Amino acid sequence: MSDGAVLDRHAPYETTLHRDETAIAGMWLFLASETLLFGGLFLVCLVYSQTRADGWAEGVRHTNLAIGAVNTLVLITSSAIYTMAVEAGRRGDNRRVMRFGLGAAVLGLAFLVLKGVEWGQEFSENLFPGPHFALHGPNARAAELFYSFYFLATFLHGMHMVVGIGLILWIGRKAHQGAFSAAWSTPVDVVGLYWSFVDLVWMLLFPLLYLIGRA
Amino acid sequence: MSASYLWQDGTLRSWLLTRDHKRIALLYLGSITAFFALGGIGAALIRLQLLEPAGTILSDATYNRVFTMHGVVMVWLFLVPSIPVTLGNFLVPLMLGARDLAFPRLNLVSWYLFVASGLLVLYGLFRGGLETGWTFYTPLSSDYSEGRVLPVVLGIFLNGFSSIATGVNFIVSIHQLRAPGMTWYRLPLMLWALYATSIIFVLATPVLGITLLLLAFERLFRVGVFDPTLGGDPLLFQQMFWFYSHPAVYIMILPGMGVVSEIVSTFCRKPVFGYRFVAWSSVSIAAIGFIVWGHHMFVAGESLYSAIVFSMFSFFVSVPSAIKVFNWLGTMHGGSIRLDAPMLYALGFIGLFTVGGLTGLFLASLAADVHLTQTYFVVAHFHYIMVGGMVSAYFGGLHYWWPKITGRMYPEIWGRLAAALIFFGFNLTFFPQFILGFEGMPRRYATYPAQFQVLNVLSSAGAGILAVAYVMPLVYFTWSLFRGARAPDNPWGATGLEWRTSSPPPVENFAETPVVTTDAYDYGDMDARTGVADAGGRHHV
Repeated sequence: MSDGAVLDRHAPYETTLHRDETAIAGMWLFLASETLLFGGLFLVCLVYSQTRADGWAEGVRHTNLAIGAVNTLVLITSSAIYTMAVEAGRRGDNRRVMRFGLGAAVLGLAFLVLKGVEWGQEFSENLFPGPHFALHGPNARAAELFYSFYFLATFLHGMHMVVGIGLILWIGRKAHQGAFSAAWSTPVDVVGLYWSFVDLVWMLLFPLLYLIGRA
Repeated sequence: MSASYLWQDGTLRSWLLTRDHKRIALLYLGSITAFFALGGIGAALIRLQLLEPAGTILSDATYNRVFTMHGVVMVWLFLVPSIPVTLGNFLVPLMLGARDLAFPRLNLVSWYLFVASGLLVLYGLFRGGLETGWTFYTPLSSDYSEGRVLPVVLGIFLNGFSSIATGVNFIVSIHQLRAPGMTWYRLPLMLWALYATSIIFVLATPVLGITLLLLAFERLFRVGVFDPTLGGDPLLFQQMFWFYSHPAVYIMILPGMGVVSEIVSTFCRKPVFGYRFVAWSSVSIAAIGFIVWGHHMFVAGESLYSAIVFSMFSFFVSVPSAIKVFNWLGTMHGGSIRLDAPMLYALGFIGLFTVGGLTGLFLASLAADVHLTQTYFVVAHFHYIMVGGMVSAYFGGLHYWWPKITGRMYPEIWGRLAAALIFFGFNLTFFPQFILGFEGMPRRYATYPAQFQVLNVLSSAGAGILAVAYVMPLVYFTWSLFRGARAPDNPWGATGLEWRTSSPPPVENFAETPVVTTDAYDYGDMDARTGVADAGGRHHV
């Protein structure tokens, strides 16, 4: 499978390079689609943080800033480590791809565990919207609206994390089998694009859920 | 050259696990035909019910569920996928001179997602159905509906990913897999139309996805961002819904325009007049389509200023639409026109789309819309676009490419008869509805005042003709599979690359990668200038 080789006659690509460019293009386009998916969520947030500003801020003040901040660090680090896996992939260093991949996946899992702890706290404090919602007073209904958004957004982001961790583990397994070479490491790149996107979504969610309106 | 894609390996397993775009197109064709029939049964029940002012066969509650079923099935399980997933899947690689779509496995995945979504929707419909209409407006859908909102909404959510997969596949294929010499301005206009459609698939569908997910959560956990008792805004749902669903209206017409461009050119033996204008008009319809959604909400409490802006943008859409219509007419002018069945459908499309488009201007005008909104005028308007336009183009395309897809000719005389009957039945069904709406008959009611009966009976009679006319192709297409004359490689004498391979095509599409040396629709001296040359390195800028 060297660069420039003609693939079998049923594959739609002329060369491996052609195939790899096509894969990268496909992932970018998919991420454009994902941007619009989360865009809808951000629109909801934008609207209510203006029209229901007081209650929204009340909700923001009840989120756990410590865990949110630590998780942000964990995820940035995971993303950075995975970038090193991408670099290793381009050099054809399967051992490093596996190690960095594993590191990124472990940090991803740590993020999910911390998020789970945070959710657990919030459930026990009755911050999940419903008849037993913990907050009272004039802003309670809008705070409930905030928590609806909070749980939806973190759930959707969490699902993307689960998919991403699965993909990274798959990359790790392929690297373990020695699949990548300096001529071909496209899957490492493609998963890297996705993992950076998941990271980027959190970079927007963190200020929206924990910071803006807190002061 | 190896065997045709149809008979290469006849096992069921080889069909269900195929990555061949041509076979996936046929899998889709079978599925959406079933859904078209189901949606058609819904339409028949609606027209039966409205034969008499007091209704005939359905209770009010059942009527609500039936029109919802009709809308949901027709929009998402038939119209949105229709041309892209069948003709598009089959033709995009052939027209590009490629061996397959860019992501063959993703293409198969999209079909399985579609089937899964269809089954979920069917589960919801047959376990009681729902009464929300195809638009699922909150708070009816979230708080008050007693129907099976959840499975249907989750089904449509899944369906969206099927659309996105198809859109990604088409866009990347058109960028990456063009044969040597196939520059952007040599692409058949069908591909420009599908490219524009794919942009909408990729960028609008996810917004529907998140909207329906929010709705599903709201229904499931009573955790709601649209819930007015929490201070949420039900109108926000409408904004987000139409941000997808207005562009989706153009998903339900752009591919049809692509088909008509191909047919008109072939049957007039002339290049499409003003190729670049027609090409870019597809892209501009898609682009403008993203900024007109507010015209669905003129009476929903939108501010006057945004209503004016949305009204203005809606008028803008008529410019690229009119460019297409006039350029098709320009193509016909001085052409040697042959009135075979595909051309009859294309002519039907042009007429009906024009009526649908012009009545759209009435609805885009603020003052007229206040009077006409929520009446049968709207129903007639969008059926002229979606059924008169899109379904005509779909049938036209099926006839046009049937010889290529199956290797058999359909019986021409029956084809023309069905085309004429569809045109007549369609107009009889829907033209009276313009008058009904103008006179004030509201949509979505199971009963109506006696003064509207004559027009309703006419409409129902038209629907009966339409039903017969839609069944006819099903019969003679099936017949042609066994008894139809063998199709030559290029029965219409057309210019596209798809006509340069055998009918039906071999598994790998072309014996040798074609090299393109002329513009699309070059009918000058076709044979001399468009031979299949040796395969060089593929061009993919």
